[in-house]
Amino acid sequence: MAKITFPVEASHIMMFARSVDDPNPVYHDAEAAAKTEVGGIIAPPTFPQSVAQFDPDYFLRPKHGQKWFGSAKGPTGITEKPASSGGLHAEQHFEYHRPLRPGDVLSVETKAGTTWEKESKRAGKLVFSERITEYRDQHGELVCTARSVGVRTEKPVAQS
Amino acid sequence: MALKKSQLTIGATHSERVIENLARTQLVMYAGTSGDYNPLHTDDLYTKEIAGYPGVFAHGMLTMGLTGKMLTNYVGDGRLKKFGVRFTNQVWPGDSLDSTATVAAIREESGEWVVDLTISTTNQDGKEVVSGTATARIDA
Repeated sequence: MAKITFPVEASHIMMFARSVDDPNPVYHDAEAAAKTEVGGIIAPPTFPQSVAQFDPDYFLRPKHGQKWFGSAKGPTGITEKPASSGGLHAEQHFEYHRPLRPGDVLSVETKAGTTWEKESKRAGKLVFSERITEYRDQHGELVCTARSVGVRTEKPVAQS
Repeated sequence: MALKKSQLTIGATHSERVIENLARTQLVMYAGTSGDYNPLHTDDLYTKEIAGYPGVFAHGMLTMGLTGKMLTNYVGDGRLKKFGVRFTNQVWPGDSLDSTATVAAIREESGEWVVDLTISTTNQDGKEVVSGTATARIDA
């Protein structure tokens, strides 16, 4: 997959922290953050996943001139079966070498990992696939590695 | 506000209520910041009629983010070395979630002290929605 450039910005960090209901000043108040151990604003631990915003081809974002599979006039905007139907997030793992800070410009590369299958009572056949993402900073240093496991289910997960 | 090795014991826990009565608007906010606009999380009509679920549900990464709030409140800012989770059950609008970290080990790693934590986030019915582990730097 192509490398993605991910500029880390203070306003994005502030909005991201709000979206995970985290009022910690270290994510939005430069003055307060300067007095902490980290010495300035940093990003919350799950922020690296927001690289999706900078992936021009990210498939879970409506794109100019393309049909979107979410509802509009009808319950879906496309006629074929939605590509993402049944796709869920099974696992997510981060390894951090240092916190991300506003002003960082990350170079992000994702590689496919292994895939495996499993039978489940609640959702039929499950197909798992792994993706490894490396985040490098403007000096080429590895700052974060993410391992994500997605699962495609044969049918919607039964609610117990 | 880092943890100190001398103050930690194996089996010690830290818990927080990380969200009360999860609002659908919170899911919209998370879609907007993360860039994950999967209609499963914001579009009830699609989710019911096309995907076959009772309604929109939270992004796994929102639940991980809420769990991360508990974690950074406990271990301090910029102290995490590792944070990993499995999403074990879906989280729905109206859910209230509690996250707990339990001290599993205190050890030395590449010349610094770290704590290994096991993590669990449960909903108001006691059902686990996230299980995981984390490692954080601590002061000697």
